[in-house]
This record gives sequence, C-alpha cells and structure tokens, in this order.
Amino acid sequence: MENIRRIDAGIPEDRVRADDAGAQDICLEVSDLNLYYGEAQALDNINLRIPRRRVSAFIGPSGCGKSTLLRCFNRMNDLVDSVRIEGSIRLDGENIYAPAVQVARLRQRVGMVFQKPNPFPKSIYENVAYGLRLQGIKSRRTLDEVVEKALRGAALWDEVKSRLHQNALGMSGGQQQRLVIARAIAVEPEVLLLDEPASALDPISTLKIEELIDELKEKYTIVIVTHNMQQAARVSDYTAFMYMGRMIEHDSTNKIFTNPSEKMTEDYITGRYG
Amino acid sequence: MTITFRYWANSGAPWIWLTAAAVAASLTMVLGLLLLIAINGLGHFWPSPVWELQYRAPDGELQQLLGQIREKEQVSVEHLRDAGETIAENVEGTVERYLLKTANRDTSGLDFRWILADDIEARSLPQPLVVLERLEWGDFYGFIQSLQRNGKQVAQGEAAWQELQQGLEYVEKLRARIRRLEKGEIGSINYRIERLRLQKRKLELEGEDTPEALAKIGQQRKTLQAKFSGLHQNLDELYRKLRRDTVTMTVMGGRKVDIPLAGIVRAYQPNAMQLTDKLAFYLAKLWEFVSADPREANTEGGIFPAIFGTVMMVLLMSVLVTPFGVVAAVYLREYAKQGPLTRLIRIAVNNLAGVPSIVYGVFGLGFFVYFLGGSIDRLFFPEALPAPTFGTPGLLWASLTLALLTVPVVIVATEEGLSRIPASIREGSLALGATRAETLWRTVLPMASPAMMTGVILAVARAAGEVAPLMLVGVVKLAPALPVDGNAPFIHLDRKFMHLGFHIYDVGFQSPNVEAARPLVFATALLLVVVIVLLNLAAIAIRNRLRERYRSLEQ
Repeated sequence: MENIRRIDAGIPEDRVRADDAGAQDICLEVSDLNLYYGEAQALDNINLRIPRRRVSAFIGPSGCGKSTLLRCFNRMNDLVDSVRIEGSIRLDGENIYAPAVQVARLRQRVGMVFQKPNPFPKSIYENVAYGLRLQGIKSRRTLDEVVEKALRGAALWDEVKSRLHQNALGMSGGQQQRLVIARAIAVEPEVLLLDEPASALDPISTLKIEELIDELKEKYTIVIVTHNMQQAARVSDYTAFMYMGRMIEHDSTNKIFTNPSEKMTEDYITGRYG
Repeated sequence: MTITFRYWANSGAPWIWLTAAAVAASLTMVLGLLLLIAINGLGHFWPSPVWELQYRAPDGELQQLLGQIREKEQVSVEHLRDAGETIAENVEGTVERYLLKTANRDTSGLDFRWILADDIEARSLPQPLVVLERLEWGDFYGFIQSLQRNGKQVAQGEAAWQELQQGLEYVEKLRARIRRLEKGEIGSINYRIERLRLQKRKLELEGEDTPEALAKIGQQRKTLQAKFSGLHQNLDELYRKLRRDTVTMTVMGGRKVDIPLAGIVRAYQPNAMQLTDKLAFYLAKLWEFVSADPREANTEGGIFPAIFGTVMMVLLMSVLVTPFGVVAAVYLREYAKQGPLTRLIRIAVNNLAGVPSIVYGVFGLGFFVYFLGGSIDRLFFPEALPAPTFGTPGLLWASLTLALLTVPVVIVATEEGLSRIPASIREGSLALGATRAETLWRTVLPMASPAMMTGVILAVARAAGEVAPLMLVGVVKLAPALPVDGNAPFIHLDRKFMHLGFHIYDVGFQSPNVEAARPLVFATALLLVVVIVLLNLAAIAIRNRLRERYRSLEQ
C-alpha cells in the first residue's frame, strides 16, 4: 500500500473515487496554459493535474487541442516556428518552460509515442539502443541488458529475440508500435505520452497495446490521446474531455463515462456530436 | 470512319505510340552514336592486309605501291577534273577512289594518298610483306632483305624474319630496363637533387645557411650525384646494346632502307597472319592502347596517362564536392529560416549550374591558380620561386574548379533527399532526447545518403565530360609524369595531368597527321564513355547499397 499523501489533484475533493484515495501524487501540473499558432489560439486557459502512475486519457473531437496539449508536455511544439505559449507546466514541481531547462534532457524524462509507428531504418536492437547511445552509453553489456529489459517491458522480447539485428522496418505495424514504446521506455522516462498509439493498428494489435498500457502504468505516468472513447474507458483511470481548445471536464474515468457533470461531456460521450 | 478514328484517338493509343516513339528515338541515337564510335575506334587495331599495287601514275609510268586501303569513295569525274586530275575523255559520271596508307613517311614524305581505282593495273597480297611499327616516323611497309648484327650480316630473307623476331624480344627487354632505370631510379634521384636544391635555397632565404648545414646538403648531393653517374653509365651501356641490330628492308622500286631495331616497337606480316594470330595481335594492341604512354605527338601508343588523369580528377572532384554540397544543403534545408532569402539563394544555386563551363575555367584560373596558388607559393614555397609550385595550373585546381561547377547539382539533390525524410522520423529522434544536431547526424543524414549519392552521380557525369575549363586550369597535351608516383609525398596535386576529353580534341584537331589520328579519336572517345560509365556504375552501386539500408523512404 502506498503511503498516503493527500493532495488536491485538480479534481474537487468530493469527486475522487474512494478506491483511489491516496494515489494523488501529482506528476504534471498545468496552470493557465494558453497556446497560439500565430494569431489563432489553440489552447485556452488550461488547468490540469495529472496524477503519477495512472493513465490519463484526453478525449474530444478532432481539432479540440488534445494532441497540442500532449505535445506541450515534452515541448514538441517548440519545433513549430509560429507557436507562442503562456502559462506553465510543472513536472515534479519544476516549470518545464523555464529558460534554464534543457529541452533534450526534458524529453528524456518525458517520452513520447506517435500515432504512426516511426521506427528508424536501423536494426531492432539499434532502435531500442538509440536513446541510450545519445546519453553516451557505450558498454555492450549495459546496452544488451537495457535493450532486453525494454523489449520485455514492451512485451516484444519473445517475438524478436532471434532477430534483434534485423531491420526494424521488416516488422508488422503492431510490432513496430511496441518497438517504439520499447525505445521510449529504454531511457526510463517518468512520463509516457501516447498520441493515438493504436489508431493505425488492427484490432488485435490494438488489444496488445492496451494490455501493455495497463502493465506500464505500474512504473510510468501515462497520458494518452485517443479518438476512441471505448479505448479511453478501457485503459484510463482519469479522463479529460476537451472541446475547442478548452478543458471541459477532468475526472475519474468512471465518473466521466457514467455520470458526467457537464452537459457537453454527456452529449459527446453519448455520440450526439464529435 | 471518323468515329473509329475518334475512338482510336480517345483510347490513348496514339499517346502510347508517341511516347514509345520518343523513347525509341533516343535509344536509337545513343546506340547509333556508340556504334559509330565503336566501329571506327575499335577497327583501328585490327591488322588489315597490305596490298602490293601496280599503279599507273598520271605521267604514264608504272609504279609499285605498298599500302592499306583505308577508305573507298565515289567521286564525280568533273570534280576531279576541276581539281586538276587527268582523266580519260571517255569516262563520265563517277569513279571510285581509294585512300591508301602507304606509311614510310620518312622515305616517301607522305603517309596517305588518294588513288583512282582505274589506275590500278594489278594487285596482290604478298605473304612476306612486313609491317614495322616504329617509335618514330610511324609505320614502315616493306620486305626484309637481311639483318645485320654489330655491322655484320647474320641472316637473309626468311631466316632474317626469324632473327628479327628474336632481336625485337631482346630490344624490348632492354627497353623495359631502360624505362625502369630512367623513370624509376634516375627520376627519383633527380627529384631528390631538386629537393636538396630547394632545401638549400630555403636555408639561404631564412638566413640559416650555416657552413655545417650547407656542407651536409653538399655531402648528400655528392652521394646522389655519384649514384647518378653510376646509373648513367649503366644507361649508356644499355643504349649501346640496344643499337646492336639493324634490319635492311626493300621498299617500292627496290630501294633499300636500313632501320635499327632500337626504333622498332613490333613487326608483323599482316598478309600471312591466321585469324587467331590476328586476334592475339588485336588484343595486344588494345591492351597497349589502354596501358601505355602515348608516342609521336599522341598519335600512337597508348593513352594510359589520360585515363589515369581523368579518373584521378573525377575522384578528387567527388571528394571535394560532396562535403561542400552536403553541408550547404543541410544549412539551407535544416537551419535556415525558409523565406524570400533562402528562395533567392536556391535560385542562385540553380542558375550556377547554367553558367557556361568556360566561365568557371576563367574563374578557376584567376582565383584558384593565380590568387590562391600564388599566395600558397609565397607563403609555403618561397624557395622554389620564381618557378611556381601551386601557382600554376594543376590537378588540385582543376578538381576544385570542377567541384565548383558541380556543387549546385549536389546541393539540389541533397536538399531533395532531406525534404523527403518524414517529419515523424525526426520527431521520433527528438522525442528520445536527441538534439537537432544529433538527430541530423544519427538519423537524417544517413537516410539522406542515397540522395547525396544521386547528386554525386550527376556531378561525376557532368565533370567527367567537361573539357573547356580544364584547358585553363591544369590539363596539358603531354604530362611528363603521373600525379601519383613513388617519390614522397606520392600524390602530387600540383602537377599537370592529361585528360581523355582534351586528348580527343588534341589528337583530332591539333595533330600534324590527321588521317593517322582519326581512328584514335574514336577509340579515345569510346574509352572516355567507358570510363564515365564505370565511374557512374560504381557510384550507383554505392547508392543502391545505401538505399537497401535505409529503405523506409520507399514505403
């Protein structure tokens, strides 16, 4: 049992489910976040707390800003020239938008998996070892160990252990996506951002990814963006509903899907729009 | 009828025909060109028969002529009459005339002559006729009379032919030894003596010409000179041996000519050769062509230095242009803010590719040779002045000029490759904590390497065929030494070199003996094409290997 440290999770006290009481160790805290692409505002005054070692899902219609918000957590939006960000995001209490933050270092702590599997055109082994080599780890033994551990962690080891040095592009789409997850967890991040990780996959591969998410939450804080509401309901502990760049509601998944407090959330979940 | 035509037109069939015809036309042109070059060039090495002709000269006298028929053509009688030829009154229309290679330039003054077929009264292919390929004065046609050794006759007639063969083998061995001695050992000693001279001059310039240092140099020089005179005695001895044999030949009209064996490269009896002999002869000649040095103002012998120079220059150019072009493309595509300025730069780069190459030659001469080379000489080789070291056209400057000429191609191709790398791959790398530079080095550049190779392939194709700028910045008609040899530092980038493209121009249009040189022009052109194809194939092989490795782009 975890030692109890009761902190407000951005969710009013009364809404925290009884069975999850005490798990409210906050990992990411978003305060007054506004994001503009040039003149257009994409995120509007977002406030959010994401608890550690839980799965938080962002749902909402296309273009509502859920991916944009996700990409704020590892500063991937910095790559867009015209972007402007106000407000703060704290990872373990530190503002990741502070000037002194090394972005590359931050991205080692906050890993990310994209919608389409994007393995590098290298061997399976080299894909997983990529992040480690970046950190300057050269010892063959360490690399071997970490690669195996990461592949086991991504439930891929048994499938690929005999062909570690073959090109990763020869794998199936689902395997590639799990390889990308393995690549991300090899550098031992604290947070894992998943941007619609199963949307390009078939149902069986999707199921495997979902099972994997369930296992991974024991070690990592997971934030997942998904289009698929059943998926959000299946894998997440908390769900945030976004609409037009605003955070409409954030609560335990159970609550959102059974008894949402906002009318808009209910309409979206019951399929009236979106 | 109209309906069926419209139906046919709409079916797209005419379009297919048109496109197919365009492909067929270009293929025909390429193959036709290659065939023309190959037939004209490769035929040159075949030992064609030498005729003995009874020729009625215009003055009515009967002459005996020996010669190869090189060309036959029909000319109009009127045309000939206008040119002052005497032709019988009853002949009308056209007559046939032959271009006869009579060789024996030293005795008759002419290598080639045109004769009318009608003036030939009899022709035969005498078996014992001998062709001598000589170091100077071209070929010699005649019959062997006798062979003299040290002034005494040792064989006559048929026996002399045997004796000649042996004598030539002996001469060839001696010549090989002389070549080794002259080019290798004596050349090396000369090089070292020159270095000593420069060393001494350098000491003088720097004011450090102490008696000890000078004495040391003088000592070294003395040893080298002693060695040199020893070698020179050997050389004299070899040359004396070389002059041992002389062959006496009879030519047209029974005249006798003495030819020392030292001046003969090979002897053969073209009319007596079997097909297998001819084949062996052909291959030997072909090998000589690609492996030997040129002789006789480039109209005979081989063109090895030109092949070597071309390949060397292209390789050096590739080595220089690749990093430069790639770095420029990386900045333009990855770091520069895309906007009007980058667009302007791109337009400028593309237009550079359209500047006439001679302009690059002039620029290369002015900037690289005189300015850069002159500065290098003043800074690093003051002891050699006023003789320039780098301040004169040479291999390095030629390669640099061509690198400048081809850099737009590499930039454009590399940019193209960089832009084709999916953003997801870059994001994947960045998301793992890589900086932009790390992403570039570890992922983006390797994936763009096939595109870079495409750029290099295009650059090689363009550079290998370029001649005009080279004439200004380093290519010469005849280079005394290859840019690579056994004297330290082994690669001499300051040396002038020979080039196949320039060789074609030189042999074809600057040579004193145009008829003799013409087949060589074709053969050299064929070889240039072969060299370019080989260079390209090598680059394509590298690119395909890279593509196989980074094939995600094709998905």
